[in-house]
Amino acid sequence: MLILECPYCGVKAEETELQAGGEAHLKRFGPGSSDDDFHDYLFMRENPKGVHFERWRHVNGCGKWFHAARCTVTLEVFGTYTAQTSTPPQALLDAISEKRPGWTWREFADASTSHNGEEVAD
Amino acid sequence: MSNAVSVLNGASFDGLAEVKDAGLVGMITLRGDLSSKALAKAVLNVTDCTIPDVRKVAAVNGNTVAWMSPDELLIVTDYQNVDAMVAKLSSALAGEHALVVNVSDARSMLTLSGSGTREVLAKVAPVDFSAEQFQPGDFRRTRLAQVAGAFWLGEAEQMHIICFRSVGQYVFDLLKVAAHSDAVVGVYT
Repeated sequence: MLILECPYCGVKAEETELQAGGEAHLKRFGPGSSDDDFHDYLFMRENPKGVHFERWRHVNGCGKWFHAARCTVTLEVFGTYTAQTSTPPQALLDAISEKRPGWTWREFADASTSHNGEEVAD
Repeated sequence: MSNAVSVLNGASFDGLAEVKDAGLVGMITLRGDLSSKALAKAVLNVTDCTIPDVRKVAAVNGNTVAWMSPDELLIVTDYQNVDAMVAKLSSALAGEHALVVNVSDARSMLTLSGSGTREVLAKVAPVDFSAEQFQPGDFRRTRLAQVAGAFWLGEAEQMHIICFRSVGQYVFDLLKVAAHSDAVVGVYT
Protein backbone atom coordinates (compact mmCIF):
# COMPACT_ATOMS: atom_id res chain seq x y z
CA MET A 1 0.00 0.00 0.00
CA LEU A 2 1.18 3.47 -0.89
CA ILE A 3 1.70 5.80 2.08
CA LEU A 4 2.30 9.49 1.40
CA GLU A 5 2.88 12.17 4.00
CA CYS A 6 0.62 15.15 3.40
CA PRO A 7 2.86 18.25 3.51
CA TYR A 8 -0.02 20.36 4.86
CA CYS A 9 -1.37 18.38 7.80
CA GLY A 10 1.56 16.02 8.38
CA VAL A 11 -0.61 12.91 8.26
CA LYS A 12 1.04 9.77 6.93
CA ALA A 13 -1.97 9.04 4.78
CA GLU A 14 -2.51 5.69 3.16
CA GLU A 15 -3.92 5.30 -0.30
CA THR A 16 -7.58 5.16 0.70
CA GLU A 17 -7.39 8.66 2.16
CA LEU A 18 -5.93 10.06 -1.05
CA GLN A 19 -7.03 10.73 -4.59
CA ALA A 20 -4.63 10.45 -7.50
CA GLY A 21 -4.43 13.60 -9.61
CA GLY A 22 -2.28 12.40 -12.51
CA GLU A 23 1.05 13.63 -13.74
CA ALA A 24 2.72 16.60 -12.04
CA HIS A 25 4.16 19.79 -13.50
CA LEU A 26 2.16 19.82 -16.75
CA LYS A 27 2.57 23.01 -18.73
CA ARG A 28 -0.73 24.21 -20.07
CA PHE A 29 -1.08 25.09 -23.74
CA GLY A 30 -4.35 26.94 -24.17
CA PRO A 31 -5.89 29.27 -26.76
CA GLY A 32 -3.37 30.54 -29.29
CA SER A 33 -1.03 27.57 -28.99
CA SER A 34 -0.25 25.28 -31.89
CA ASP A 35 -2.35 22.18 -32.46
CA ASP A 36 0.66 19.97 -31.71
CA ASP A 37 1.35 21.64 -28.37
CA PHE A 38 -2.32 21.48 -27.44
CA HIS A 39 -2.50 17.82 -28.43
CA ASP A 40 0.58 16.97 -26.37
CA TYR A 41 -0.73 18.93 -23.39
CA LEU A 42 -4.03 17.07 -23.51
CA PHE A 43 -2.98 13.54 -24.32
CA MET A 44 0.75 12.87 -23.94
CA ARG A 45 1.71 11.55 -20.52
CA GLU A 46 4.82 10.02 -19.05
CA ASN A 47 4.62 6.33 -18.22
CA PRO A 48 8.01 5.76 -16.65
CA LYS A 49 9.54 2.66 -15.18
CA GLY A 50 11.23 4.28 -12.24
CA VAL A 51 11.15 7.85 -10.96
CA HIS A 52 7.79 9.55 -11.38
CA PHE A 53 6.23 12.82 -10.22
CA GLU A 54 2.53 12.93 -9.50
CA ARG A 55 -0.19 15.12 -8.08
CA TRP A 56 -2.25 13.79 -5.18
CA ARG A 57 -5.07 15.19 -3.13
CA HIS A 58 -5.62 14.48 0.56
CA VAL A 59 -9.31 14.07 -0.18
CA ASN A 60 -10.38 12.34 3.02
CA GLY A 61 -8.44 14.76 5.15
CA CYS A 62 -7.42 18.38 4.83
CA GLY A 63 -8.54 18.40 1.19
CA LYS A 64 -5.32 19.94 -0.14
CA TRP A 65 -3.46 19.07 -3.32
CA PHE A 66 0.22 18.23 -3.12
CA HIS A 67 3.02 16.71 -5.20
CA ALA A 68 4.71 13.38 -4.66
CA ALA A 69 7.87 11.84 -6.12
CA ARG A 70 8.02 8.07 -6.11
CA CYS A 71 9.41 5.06 -7.92
CA THR A 72 6.90 3.11 -10.00
CA VAL A 73 8.99 -0.06 -9.79
CA THR A 74 9.53 -0.38 -6.05
CA LEU A 75 6.78 1.98 -4.83
CA GLU A 76 9.48 3.77 -2.84
CA VAL A 77 8.35 7.30 -2.00
CA PHE A 78 11.14 9.87 -2.33
CA GLY A 79 9.11 12.67 -0.83
CA THR A 80 6.10 14.96 -1.01
CA TYR A 81 6.06 18.71 -1.48
CA THR A 82 3.76 21.67 -1.87
CA ALA A 83 1.47 22.08 -4.86
CA GLN A 84 2.39 25.76 -5.20
CA THR A 85 5.49 25.14 -7.30
CA SER A 86 6.36 24.31 -10.90
CA THR A 87 9.60 22.49 -10.06
CA PRO A 88 10.40 19.93 -7.36
CA PRO A 89 12.58 21.24 -4.51
CA GLN A 90 16.33 20.86 -5.12
CA ALA A 91 16.84 18.82 -1.95
CA LEU A 92 14.36 16.25 -3.22
CA LEU A 93 16.00 16.11 -6.67
CA ASP A 94 19.38 15.55 -4.98
CA ALA A 95 17.94 12.79 -2.82
CA ILE A 96 16.53 11.06 -5.90
CA SER A 97 19.85 11.38 -7.73
CA GLU A 98 21.55 9.68 -4.83
CA LYS A 99 19.14 6.75 -4.89
CA ARG A 100 18.60 6.47 -8.65
CA PRO A 101 21.77 7.72 -10.40
CA GLY A 102 21.11 8.74 -13.98
CA TRP A 103 17.35 9.12 -13.66
CA THR A 104 15.43 11.35 -16.06
CA TRP A 105 11.83 12.49 -16.10
CA ARG A 106 10.68 15.02 -18.71
CA GLU A 107 12.88 18.11 -18.25
CA PHE A 108 14.20 16.93 -14.89
CA ALA A 109 17.20 14.64 -14.56
CA ASP A 110 20.08 13.60 -12.37
CA ALA A 111 22.27 16.72 -12.52
CA SER A 112 25.50 14.72 -12.21
CA THR A 113 24.94 12.88 -15.50
CA SER A 114 24.29 14.15 -19.00
CA HIS A 115 20.96 13.40 -20.72
CA ASN A 116 22.22 10.31 -22.50
CA GLY A 117 22.86 8.75 -19.12
CA GLU A 118 26.69 8.92 -19.23
CA GLU A 119 28.63 10.20 -16.26
CA VAL A 120 29.88 13.75 -16.72
CA ALA A 121 33.67 13.77 -16.70
CA ASP A 122 35.12 15.39 -13.62
CA MET B 1 -40.93 27.42 13.01
CA SER B 2 -40.23 23.81 12.22
CA ASN B 3 -39.05 21.63 15.07
CA ALA B 4 -35.35 20.96 14.46
CA VAL B 5 -34.21 17.41 15.27
CA SER B 6 -30.88 15.66 14.75
CA VAL B 7 -30.78 12.98 12.07
CA LEU B 8 -30.54 10.13 14.59
CA ASN B 9 -33.03 11.74 16.96
CA GLY B 10 -31.37 10.53 20.14
CA ALA B 11 -30.51 6.97 19.07
CA SER B 12 -27.93 5.07 21.10
CA PHE B 13 -26.28 1.64 21.14
CA ASP B 14 -24.33 -0.06 23.87
CA GLY B 15 -21.72 -2.69 23.08
CA LEU B 16 -17.93 -2.63 23.23
CA ALA B 17 -18.39 1.11 23.44
CA GLU B 18 -21.44 3.31 23.73
CA VAL B 19 -22.45 4.96 20.45
CA LYS B 20 -24.72 7.89 21.07
CA ASP B 21 -26.31 10.63 19.03
CA ALA B 22 -25.01 13.94 20.35
CA GLY B 23 -28.24 15.68 19.35
CA LEU B 24 -28.32 19.10 17.78
CA VAL B 25 -24.89 20.69 17.83
CA GLY B 26 -23.96 24.10 16.47
CA MET B 27 -21.15 24.09 13.94
CA ILE B 28 -19.56 27.01 12.14
CA THR B 29 -17.08 26.73 9.30
CA LEU B 30 -14.50 29.50 9.34
CA ARG B 31 -12.17 29.84 6.40
CA GLY B 32 -9.40 32.35 6.22
CA ASP B 33 -5.73 32.90 6.88
CA LEU B 34 -5.09 31.09 10.18
CA SER B 35 -1.88 33.02 10.75
CA SER B 36 -3.70 36.35 10.58
CA LYS B 37 -3.80 38.28 13.86
CA ALA B 38 -7.25 39.71 13.13
CA LEU B 39 -8.67 36.23 12.68
CA ALA B 40 -7.02 34.90 15.85
CA LYS B 41 -8.36 37.88 17.80
CA ALA B 42 -11.89 37.43 16.45
CA VAL B 43 -11.87 33.72 17.31
CA LEU B 44 -10.53 34.43 20.81
CA ASN B 45 -13.09 37.15 21.50
CA VAL B 46 -16.06 35.15 20.27
CA THR B 47 -15.20 31.60 21.41
CA ASP B 48 -12.56 32.15 24.16
CA CYS B 49 -10.38 29.67 22.25
CA THR B 50 -7.00 30.26 20.69
CA ILE B 51 -6.25 28.99 17.18
CA PRO B 52 -5.48 25.27 17.58
CA ASP B 53 -2.25 23.69 16.36
CA VAL B 54 -2.22 21.42 13.34
CA ARG B 55 -4.62 18.49 13.89
CA LYS B 56 -5.61 19.68 17.37
CA VAL B 57 -8.68 21.12 19.01
CA ALA B 58 -8.89 23.96 21.48
CA ALA B 59 -11.78 23.71 23.94
CA VAL B 60 -12.86 26.41 26.41
CA ASN B 61 -16.23 27.07 28.10
CA GLY B 62 -18.18 24.59 26.01
CA ASN B 63 -16.81 25.90 22.71
CA THR B 64 -14.48 23.77 20.66
CA VAL B 65 -12.35 25.03 17.79
CA ALA B 66 -10.90 22.33 15.53
CA TRP B 67 -8.13 22.55 12.92
CA MET B 68 -9.66 21.34 9.66
CA SER B 69 -7.03 22.34 7.09
CA PRO B 70 -4.34 25.03 6.68
CA ASP B 71 -7.08 27.59 5.98
CA GLU B 72 -10.12 26.23 7.76
CA LEU B 73 -11.43 25.94 11.31
CA LEU B 74 -14.57 24.30 12.64
CA ILE B 75 -16.22 25.92 15.64
CA VAL B 76 -18.47 23.61 17.66
CA THR B 77 -20.86 25.25 20.07
CA ASP B 78 -24.47 25.18 21.34
CA TYR B 79 -27.09 24.86 18.62
CA GLN B 80 -28.99 27.89 19.96
CA ASN B 81 -25.82 29.94 20.09
CA VAL B 82 -24.86 29.64 16.45
CA ASP B 83 -26.64 32.52 14.72
CA ALA B 84 -25.43 35.02 17.30
CA MET B 85 -21.88 33.69 17.02
CA VAL B 86 -21.90 33.82 13.22
CA ALA B 87 -23.09 37.44 13.37
CA LYS B 88 -20.37 38.35 15.89
CA LEU B 89 -17.61 36.62 13.90
CA SER B 90 -18.77 38.12 10.62
CA SER B 91 -18.71 41.65 12.01
CA ALA B 92 -15.35 41.06 13.72
CA LEU B 93 -13.92 39.82 10.41
CA ALA B 94 -15.45 42.52 8.22
CA GLY B 95 -12.89 43.54 5.62
CA GLU B 96 -10.78 40.42 6.19
CA HIS B 97 -10.45 37.69 3.56
CA ALA B 98 -12.53 35.21 5.56
CA LEU B 99 -15.75 33.24 5.38
CA VAL B 100 -18.09 32.34 8.24
CA VAL B 101 -20.95 29.91 7.62
CA ASN B 102 -23.43 28.12 9.87
CA VAL B 103 -23.24 24.45 8.88
CA SER B 104 -25.07 23.00 11.91
CA ASP B 105 -27.93 21.50 9.92
CA ALA B 106 -25.62 20.00 7.30
CA ARG B 107 -23.76 17.90 9.85
CA SER B 108 -24.44 15.36 12.50
CA MET B 109 -22.48 14.48 15.58
CA LEU B 110 -22.11 11.28 17.59
CA THR B 111 -20.16 10.40 20.67
CA LEU B 112 -18.33 7.18 21.33
CA SER B 113 -17.33 6.33 24.88
CA GLY B 114 -16.33 3.39 27.00
CA SER B 115 -13.36 1.06 27.15
CA GLY B 116 -13.66 -0.09 23.51
CA THR B 117 -13.71 3.42 22.01
CA ARG B 118 -10.32 3.27 20.31
CA GLU B 119 -10.81 -0.24 19.00
CA VAL B 120 -14.27 0.46 17.58
CA LEU B 121 -13.16 3.54 15.69
CA ALA B 122 -9.95 1.86 14.52
CA LYS B 123 -12.10 -0.68 12.67
CA VAL B 124 -13.60 1.98 10.43
CA ALA B 125 -10.89 4.67 10.10
CA PRO B 126 -7.28 4.34 8.78
CA VAL B 127 -5.77 5.98 11.85
CA ASP B 128 -3.38 4.78 14.56
CA PHE B 129 -5.35 5.01 17.81
CA SER B 130 -2.68 3.80 20.22
CA ALA B 131 -2.61 5.88 23.38
CA GLU B 132 0.78 7.43 22.51
CA GLN B 133 -0.31 8.38 19.00
CA PHE B 134 -3.83 9.67 19.52
CA GLN B 135 -4.18 11.72 22.67
CA PRO B 136 -6.92 13.88 24.19
CA GLY B 137 -7.17 17.07 22.16
CA ASP B 138 -6.05 15.38 18.95
CA PHE B 139 -8.26 15.93 15.94
CA ARG B 140 -8.36 14.06 12.69
CA ARG B 141 -10.24 14.45 9.44
CA THR B 142 -10.38 11.17 7.61
CA ARG B 143 -12.87 8.63 6.38
CA LEU B 144 -15.27 6.41 8.31
CA ALA B 145 -15.49 3.30 6.13
CA GLN B 146 -16.80 4.80 2.89
CA VAL B 147 -17.70 8.35 3.91
CA ALA B 148 -15.84 11.45 5.02
CA GLY B 149 -15.75 12.06 8.74
CA ALA B 150 -13.82 13.76 11.50
CA PHE B 151 -13.31 13.17 15.19
CA TRP B 152 -11.47 14.40 18.22
CA LEU B 153 -10.73 12.82 21.55
CA GLY B 154 -12.21 14.77 24.43
CA GLU B 155 -12.00 14.24 28.15
CA ALA B 156 -12.55 10.83 29.76
CA GLU B 157 -11.67 8.97 26.52
CA GLN B 158 -14.82 10.23 24.84
CA MET B 159 -14.60 10.45 21.07
CA HIS B 160 -16.64 13.13 19.32
CA ILE B 161 -17.45 12.14 15.77
CA ILE B 162 -18.66 14.50 13.05
CA CYS B 163 -20.09 13.47 9.70
CA PHE B 164 -22.41 14.89 7.09
CA ARG B 165 -26.07 14.74 8.05
CA SER B 166 -26.89 12.80 4.89
CA VAL B 167 -24.71 9.89 6.08
CA GLY B 168 -25.56 10.13 9.78
CA GLN B 169 -27.59 6.95 9.76
CA TYR B 170 -24.85 5.13 7.82
CA VAL B 171 -22.19 6.13 10.36
CA PHE B 172 -24.41 5.12 13.27
CA ASP B 173 -25.11 1.71 11.73
CA LEU B 174 -21.43 1.30 10.94
CA LEU B 175 -20.38 2.00 14.52
CA LYS B 176 -23.14 -0.26 15.80
CA VAL B 177 -21.66 -3.20 13.89
CA ALA B 178 -18.09 -2.29 14.90
CA ALA B 179 -19.18 -2.01 18.54
CA HIS B 180 -21.10 -5.28 18.63
CA SER B 181 -20.29 -7.13 21.82
CA ASP B 182 -19.28 -10.26 19.86
CA ALA B 183 -16.75 -8.31 17.79
CA VAL B 184 -13.87 -7.99 20.24
CA VAL B 185 -10.37 -7.75 18.74
CA GLY B 186 -8.58 -6.58 21.84
CA VAL B 187 -5.89 -4.63 20.03
CA TYR B 188 -5.73 -1.50 22.22
CA THR B 189 -6.35 -3.09 25.60
